[in-house]
Amino acid sequence: VRLVVDRIKCDGRGLCAEVLPERIRLDDGGCPIVNPDPRPAHLLPRPQRAVKDCPVLAIALGRSQVK
Amino acid sequence: MTRLLDSPERSGTLPHVGADFIDAIERSGLVGRGGAGFPVATKWRAVAQRSGGRAVIVVNGAEGEPRSQKDRLLMTTRPHLVLDGAFIAARVLHARRVILYIGERHENARHAMVQALHERTEPERGLVTLAAAPARYVAGAETAAIRFLNEGIATPTTAPPLPFEQGVDRAPTLVQNVETLAHIALIARSGTPSSTLITLAGGIARPGVLEVELGTTIGDAVRQGGGVTEQPKAVLVGGYFGSWMEPAEAWKLPLDHRARLGCGVIGLLPASACPVCETAGIMRYLAAESSAQCGPCFFGLRALADACTRIADNRSDGRDLSRLNRWVDEVPGRGACRHPDGAVMFLSSALRVFASDFANHGSHDLRRAA
Repeated sequence: VRLVVDRIKCDGRGLCAEVLPERIRLDDGGCPIVNPDPRPAHLLPRPQRAVKDCPVLAIALGRSQVK
Repeated sequence: MTRLLDSPERSGTLPHVGADFIDAIERSGLVGRGGAGFPVATKWRAVAQRSGGRAVIVVNGAEGEPRSQKDRLLMTTRPHLVLDGAFIAARVLHARRVILYIGERHENARHAMVQALHERTEPERGLVTLAAAPARYVAGAETAAIRFLNEGIATPTTAPPLPFEQGVDRAPTLVQNVETLAHIALIARSGTPSSTLITLAGGIARPGVLEVELGTTIGDAVRQGGGVTEQPKAVLVGGYFGSWMEPAEAWKLPLDHRARLGCGVIGLLPASACPVCETAGIMRYLAAESSAQCGPCFFGLRALADACTRIADNRSDGRDLSRLNRWVDEVPGRGACRHPDGAVMFLSSALRVFASDFANHGSHDLRRAA
């Protein structure tokens, strides 16, 4: 399971990087860069918050090919 | 030896192919000739398993790569070979539709394909519809072609669903480049594809399309094209999504589809040209050709193109080169399609092969002015 961003939906609001700075940082244009490491168990609640808090529903936990 | 451009236009009737034809494709080792180099048999099996008589074949003649000419030459001079491949695909995959997706500016190619279609049997003609691909770089990408045929907008979509799962009219869809389909026709005539079409561009005596045996080195292909007009500074292998190479390295490279041949464009940069200015110009083009759907591509490629241009114009603050080197690691894999990945692969090769030109750009102008 990993965090996947729908790049067409994402418009760079950046909330994900605030909720989950260990896993997501923003590039110079404000778009998220997701750390590809498998999700460690002790971070469980917050990846779900990053998913829920995204105002345009562009992040999901899944196995999609989209990074 | 079975070649495309000197094989007979038509073999009479469509060659008979059985259910084991996909195995024959697999044995031939044929990979897609549109640029991605994906194994053809794998793609056909995925569609065959889901078809149920509903599949759609998209004959991809969009050819949006600016320097490439091989697809339109093939459609213009061997249209029946392309149609043979398309109708074989329709038969093997139990398709109910064949769509000719031809670049809107490729008028001769479209004309020849339509003429050839008029010479086909009525059941074959009944399968076919014609569509004009917009003259944009990404219009030939599989999901962009499908979105255009469904919604009239030629921009890529998020996958999944992949075309073989849900494509045109939500049916399993095969999108296949015209050269690939022509090779399919030759395989059905019991040949084995042993050649590939390339386009020679830049500082070459006879620019244009050449059919070469697979495994021919770039050096030999250049000799077949009449040789160089001027000692080249570098060779661009694979078009704008390809890579710059040092000439000495490029000459030895065999043209097969393991060698990142992409769409088959071989561009020779004359030693008198400025590689930084050339790279900046191509990056501006690729940034402008972004579909502007994904931030990392739309903003990322524009930032890369702007930084290249500042260096080329001697307006850099001195930090642009380090910005470029950081950004080329950040952009790949972060778009819905491969447009940003291709652009960044191209730029990375430029930063490698032209490292000293990027680092010292401007100093030669200053010397000249002094």
